[in-house]
Amino acid sequence: MDLTVGPNPFFWSVEAVRDFYACLARAPVARVVLGELVCSKRLPFWQDEIPGAIETLRAAGKEVALSTLALITLPRERRLTRDLIEMGLPVEVNDLTALRFIPDGMPFWVGPLVNVYNEGTLDWLADRGARRICLPPELPMGAVEILAEAGRQRGVAVEVWGHGRVPLAISGRCYHARLHDRAKDNCQFVCGEDPDGRPVETLDGQAFLTVNGVQTLSQSVASAARQLGLLRAAGVASLRLSPQSAYFSDICEAYAGALGGGAAGLESRLAATTGGAALSDGFLAGEAGVDWSGG
Amino acid sequence: MMELVCPAGTPAALRTAVDAGAHAVYCGFADATNARNFPGLNFNRDEMAAGIRYAHARGAKVLVAINTFPQAGNQGLWHAALADAEAAGADAVILADLGLLARAAECHPGLRRHLSVQAAAANADAINFYAETFGVKRVVLPRVLTVAEITAINRAIEVETEAFVFGGLCVMAEGRCSLSSYATGRSPNMNGVCSPASHVVYAQERGETVARLGGFTIHRTPAGGPAPYPTLCKGCFTSGAQTGHIFEDPVSLDATQLIPQLARAGVTALKIEGRQRSRAYVAEVVRSFRAAVEAEAAGRPMPESALRRLTEGQAATTGAYAKTWR
Amino acid sequence: MTDPTLPVLPRPLATAARVMPLLPLSLALSALARRLLARHPGILARMGSQARKRFLLEFTDAPLVLMLEPATGRVSARRAAGLARHDAHLKGCVAAYLAMLHGRVDGDALFFEGSLQVSGDTEAVLALRNALDDAEIDLAAEIATLAPPLRPALGLAERLSGVALSRARVAGWEEHA
Repeated sequence: MDLTVGPNPFFWSVEAVRDFYACLARAPVARVVLGELVCSKRLPFWQDEIPGAIETLRAAGKEVALSTLALITLPRERRLTRDLIEMGLPVEVNDLTALRFIPDGMPFWVGPLVNVYNEGTLDWLADRGARRICLPPELPMGAVEILAEAGRQRGVAVEVWGHGRVPLAISGRCYHARLHDRAKDNCQFVCGEDPDGRPVETLDGQAFLTVNGVQTLSQSVASAARQLGLLRAAGVASLRLSPQSAYFSDICEAYAGALGGGAAGLESRLAATTGGAALSDGFLAGEAGVDWSGG
Repeated sequence: MMELVCPAGTPAALRTAVDAGAHAVYCGFADATNARNFPGLNFNRDEMAAGIRYAHARGAKVLVAINTFPQAGNQGLWHAALADAEAAGADAVILADLGLLARAAECHPGLRRHLSVQAAAANADAINFYAETFGVKRVVLPRVLTVAEITAINRAIEVETEAFVFGGLCVMAEGRCSLSSYATGRSPNMNGVCSPASHVVYAQERGETVARLGGFTIHRTPAGGPAPYPTLCKGCFTSGAQTGHIFEDPVSLDATQLIPQLARAGVTALKIEGRQRSRAYVAEVVRSFRAAVEAEAAGRPMPESALRRLTEGQAATTGAYAKTWR
Repeated sequence: MTDPTLPVLPRPLATAARVMPLLPLSLALSALARRLLARHPGILARMGSQARKRFLLEFTDAPLVLMLEPATGRVSARRAAGLARHDAHLKGCVAAYLAMLHGRVDGDALFFEGSLQVSGDTEAVLALRNALDDAEIDLAAEIATLAPPLRPALGLAERLSGVALSRARVAGWEEHA
C-alpha cells in the first residue's frame, strides 16, 4: 500500500501552491493528482503554477495525474475538460462528463467524487479504461473489501480516502459568496481568505462542517489510521491524503512511517496536525461518518 | 402538451395522482433500491403491478425509480428490481448507477431507461455520454441549472429532458451528497434516505423546540410555532460572526410561472417532487400543475399558484432556475 | 382539497369529551380500530415493526389524550398526557387528525405551519401517517356499517362541525380549472 496525494480542494495563493508542491516533491508519496477540483473561476489565478509543479513532481519520481472539475456545467468548463484530456498526462475523472472526451482504450483514473459503489460499476469502468479508482469516502469497510477484490481481479488499483476533511457535497451555489452576501458571479474570491475552508458550527456550538466555495466538507479530519491493517489485508493499493495548508509534510511522513511498519504513535502524530479539529473514521468503521473509533 | 410526472409513495397516492390528471406517475419498490426508502412508503410487487394496471387503464404511464447506488455484494436486489419493473409492465425505469444502467441496457433492452437526477448529469456532454452509452431516452435535470443553461443543453442533445417544478429542493448536486451519512450513517446514495426520521430528535429547551439530527442541532424554533423538517442542508448554523441558513432557507421549489420558459427551453416533462407526501398533497399539486400545463398548451397565462400552504416554511423559490440563486 | 382553516371542535362536543366516561370510550375506539385494521391489512403490513410503537395523541381542543398501539389495535383514552409511557407524541386539534386521516389535508403541511406538533419517535409517526394515508379510510362509512342508523347523523355532524368524517373524493383537473 502506498500514498496518493489528491487535488487541493482549497483556493491558495500562487506562492502557497508553489511551496506546497515543492515540499511535496520531497515527501514520501508515490503519486500526486493536481488541478482545480472545486471552482473553475479560481483556475486563472494559479494555472501557471501547474506545469512547473508537474515538472518538479515528475523529476522527483512521482506519478502525476490531472484532475477534472468536480461539477462541470458551463461551456467554458466543458472546453477545459476536453483540453485537460489532450495534455498527455493521466486524467483523474471527478465528473463523468469527462468520459465523453476520453477515447475508448485510453486509460484513466477515477476520483473519489465519482459514484463507484459496487462491482457492476467498477467492472464497467474497468472495461472503459479505468486503471485506478479512489472509492467514495462514504463507503464502509465491508464494501471496500468487496471492491478491492473486484479491482484486483480486473487489474484496477483501488484507493481509499486516507486522510483529510471529507468532501461531502458539491453545489451550483457558492456558500462562501452567500456568507458574504454576494452572488457567485460577484464572489470576489472570498474563499481565498480561508485556506482550509470556513468552519460551520451548529447553534449549540458543535463543530460540524466546512464551507469551501461550492463544496461542503466535514469539519472533522477523516483518518484511516486505525484501519491500515484491514485495508492492507483487503488489498487496497493506496491511501489518499488530501491537501491542507499546514503540517502536510508531517502527515505524509506519519503515514509513510506507519505503512513502513512503525504504526506506533501515528494517531498522536496526526492529532497534532489538525489545528484542533477532531479526527473521524466513521464512514469506514462506525455508524455515522463523524464517528471516531479511537473513542 | 408538456408531460406531467407526479410522485406516488403509496398505491393510494398513485390512484390519486392518475385521477387528478397526472400523465405519468413515478414510484419505487419498498426497499433500498429507490431514493425515497421511508417507513411505511412504497410498493410491493403486487401493488406495483396493480398500480401500473390502474394507470394504463386511464392512459397514464408509470415510471419505476431504481435510483440508488447498488450496494457492493448485494447487487441482486437492484437487478431483481429491474426485472420485476419490466415484468410489471413499467413504462420506464429511472436509474442513476453506471453499473445498473449497463445491466439494464444489456439484460432489459426493451425497457425504456431514464436517467435519474441522482446521476447529476449537468451538461450536454454528460447527457450525450449516457444517451450514447446506455441508450437513455430521457434525463431528469439536476436542480443546479438555470433556464438559460437548460435551453443550451436541449440544443445540444437528442434525448428528452425532465425538469423539477415543485417540491423539496436539493441545494447540492443530487447523488453526490454525503451530508446525511456524515451525521447519521444513512445516505440517499446508499440507503435511499436523507436526514432520516429515525435520527431526528425534538427537544423542548428554554421555550424553544430544538430539532437535532444524529445529535447535531439543525434548528431552534419558538415552541409551538411553525417548524421545518430538520433537513441537514436547510438547517440554521453559525460560521464566524454569521448565523443563519448558510446553505438554503427552508423553502420549496415552485416554478409554475416558469413553465412557459421551460417549454421554450425544450423541456419535455415537468416533475413534481414528493413521494414521501400524502395523497392530499398529491391531489392538490397534480391538479394545479395539470391546469398549468393545459394553460401553457393553450397559450394562456399561468394560473396563480395556490400551493403555498403545502410548501416548507410556507415559502417558495424558483431555485437555481434564476441565476441569482447561486 | 386542503381546507384553508381547520375548525376547532365545537364547545358542546369538547364539554362532552370532558365528562365522557373513559372506559366505554376506550372500548368503543378499540373496537373501531381493530375493525379498521382487519379491513385494511395494509396498515400493519406497511408499518412493520413500527406498529409495536405507542402513539400518544394529544388534542388542543379536547381535554383527553388517546394512546394508540397499532399492533394490538388498543386505543385507551386518558385525561392527561403527562403520565403515560409512549414512543411518539402528536399534538393537534381533532379536526386536523380527522382531516389527515381522510386525505383532506397533508400532514407535512400541518407540521410546517405548526398545526401539528410531533415529538419522540419521528420515524414511527411517519410510518403511521404513510400507512393510514394509503388505507383511504372513511370513518363515517366504517361507523355506519357498524351501526347503520347513524349514517344520517354523521353527515349532519360533519356539516355542522366542519370536521371531516368521511374520505376526500379526488376531483380531476377539469373540475379545478
